[in-house]
Amino acid sequence: MKTILAVDDSASVRHMVKITLCAAGYQVIEAGDGRDGLTQAKANAVAMIVTDLNMPNMNGLEFIREVRKLPPYRGVPIVFLTTESDDGMKQQAKAAGATGWITKPFRQEQLLAAAKKFLG
Amino acid sequence: MNENADPAEIFRQESAELLEQLEQALLDLEQRPGDHDLIDTAFRALHTIKGSGAMFGFEQVAAFTHEFESAFDRVRKGEAAPDPELIAVALNAKDFIRSQIERPEETDAVIGVCILADLRKLFAEAQAGAPIEASAEAASEPAAKSTTWRLRFRFNKEVLVNGSNPLLLLDELRGLGDCRVAVHCESVPPLGEMEPDACYLEWDVVLTMAHPRSAIDDVFMFVVDDMELKVEAVEPGAAEAGAPTAEAATAVETAAPVPQATAAPTHPDHPAGAAETSAKRAGGMETSTIRVPAERLDEMMDRVGELVIAQARLTQLAAAGGGTKGVAEEIERLTSALRDAMMGIRMVPIGSLFGRFRRLVHDLSRDLGKEIDLTTAGEETELDKTMIERLADPLVHVIRNSADHALEDPATRVAAGKPAAGNINLVARHAGAEVLISVSDDGRGLDAQRIRAKAEENGLIAAGAALTDAELFQLIFQPGFSTAKQVSALSGRGVGLDVVKRTIEGMRGSIDIATQPGKGTEITLRLPLTLAIIEGLLVRVAEARYAIPLTAVEECVEISEADATRSKGRSFLNIRGELVPFLRLRELFDEPGEPDAHQKVVIVAAADTRVGLVVDQIIGSHQTVIKSLSKLHADVPSFSGATILGDGAVALILDVPHLIALGQVRETRIQAKTPEPA
Repeated sequence: MKTILAVDDSASVRHMVKITLCAAGYQVIEAGDGRDGLTQAKANAVAMIVTDLNMPNMNGLEFIREVRKLPPYRGVPIVFLTTESDDGMKQQAKAAGATGWITKPFRQEQLLAAAKKFLG
Repeated sequence: MNENADPAEIFRQESAELLEQLEQALLDLEQRPGDHDLIDTAFRALHTIKGSGAMFGFEQVAAFTHEFESAFDRVRKGEAAPDPELIAVALNAKDFIRSQIERPEETDAVIGVCILADLRKLFAEAQAGAPIEASAEAASEPAAKSTTWRLRFRFNKEVLVNGSNPLLLLDELRGLGDCRVAVHCESVPPLGEMEPDACYLEWDVVLTMAHPRSAIDDVFMFVVDDMELKVEAVEPGAAEAGAPTAEAATAVETAAPVPQATAAPTHPDHPAGAAETSAKRAGGMETSTIRVPAERLDEMMDRVGELVIAQARLTQLAAAGGGTKGVAEEIERLTSALRDAMMGIRMVPIGSLFGRFRRLVHDLSRDLGKEIDLTTAGEETELDKTMIERLADPLVHVIRNSADHALEDPATRVAAGKPAAGNINLVARHAGAEVLISVSDDGRGLDAQRIRAKAEENGLIAAGAALTDAELFQLIFQPGFSTAKQVSALSGRGVGLDVVKRTIEGMRGSIDIATQPGKGTEITLRLPLTLAIIEGLLVRVAEARYAIPLTAVEECVEISEADATRSKGRSFLNIRGELVPFLRLRELFDEPGEPDAHQKVVIVAAADTRVGLVVDQIIGSHQTVIKSLSKLHADVPSFSGATILGDGAVALILDVPHLIALGQVRETRIQAKTPEPA
């Protein structure tokens, strides 16, 4: 079973991510901010990461950069959550090493489609 | 053994022949691009391989050949010219099919995809952007408004690191409709420079789908900024023209009307037709070839060998009792007839071997940037099958050597007043019981001074050693010898020609070299007709008997006791005014006891040198079935093998070239001591 790491400071968003992906047969582990996310990433073999960008302690951009530096995470898809209006952020996240994005608010199908796209 | 043969094995054999035909046709096509018979031959070979491949479970082969055939169909229809570039790709494709059949587990499918991509690229160029073929499946899917798109894309190198997986994207494309994918590997750097997680590939995709164009954009939505993507719609009519790839047996109905120009059936030769055409071809060219498993031949050869031995035994019996003489003669006659017939089966024309070198020369010519013509003669000359196989490698070395070292580059040739294209001439002919195979070129010729300098430098000869040119030239066959100023990928490492010499001598053959500075070199391989049975001269030395290959024997003379005593220490015999050194086999083999009163000398010769072998008795000629020596004895000099005599005793076969060399050494030594024999 593939493990997906959901990083978001909003428990409700994390929950939504979790029930959606668990229903599709993935295992989901959660982290409340970038720093926590990095710890989880180091402790688990994660197949894909879904992360918010705007978070306390360590924001999403920094988190993506740090995760990419970990050798096992070269090549792991990282999807970030962003808002329609924030195109500049998209570019920055991509530059940091993100693979794709999901525009908030998102529907369950969009998340599943992303998981399928990046994990096959 | 053949009745139970694995059908896949039969396919392998058959396809090997077909691929051979294909290669010949392609090479001929390079010379005569307009020859439709050649194109048809190539096409038929492909078609048969495809059909049989699918039947015998070689799906990969069938699939690739199908693509190759479809592409080649353009040539057949006159839509593309068989230019050298196309021939080169087609030859690669042929090699790939061969490796798919012979070594499927080692064959990387990616190579095939690359070859097909190359083919398509060539056709695309030829047709100024005409589409590559869409697939049969596309045609069979009567999608109302499907459009064919042609995509070409490459990602930034870091795409893999950033978590995107091109394979998944390709899967997504495949999910949209019928999708043909070809990958381009040209940008993949050498292993040493390759970053393991960088993406160097580029893809060509032809996608026929009913979805709107935006579906393609959706696939690439996250990576579109990190890639080069070209998407273009293919004209519907053009798409059909490029889609003549119905599967061999089943006719596929196409949804759209097929333009007239391409309406001709793509595969007119249905199985029966193919059989007919191949039969016709067989009737025309290769009238009576038979396929006999080599092991069966070898087995039969053994039987014949036994029979020859039995006959010898009977002859001996007859000599003792007298009563069986008639039978003995009859058996002798039968045996020799059987032997000749058997030899005949083993004999194959050398042309099959020559054929392989056309490809070699073609490739050499390209790799070396020299124009080289290969001319051949005497293809019909027959030679024992096992010898033909063993000759392949030595000849490759010799030809490579000629192409690489002997032939000058075009500019030098023109400056020397020669045609720009160099010529390598391969000739085979019979000469007595020998076959001569010569490789001659019109290159720069051997430079005796340079060879001498090199040999002295390498310590092969002492500085200033008195050697004739012929002897100097033989040095190029020494291990580690190479005068090439620069080592090229092909030759010049001093590996090769020594192997040639070893192989040829292993076959009881020899090598002659003739050269004219500035005009060219001719290297001639002299080989016995067969390796299995020879006419031998049986001699006795002390109690033991030995066989001497009769072809090497020039004459037998008697040596009187007086002669023997007088020449003691000198070991020279005056044969009609010429001094011939001789070896006392008794001494050589450390036989104790006194020699017979009337010693005989067998004069043996190889090339221009002669040596006398002093024996006690000459018994007579003997059908010598050659048995190889055991590993334990393989290194013993002076003997090349053994044979079994009529009474069951073993007689060793003398290694004439070795003995001659030994005699020559003694002669030189003696000459050094006594300046001039009186």
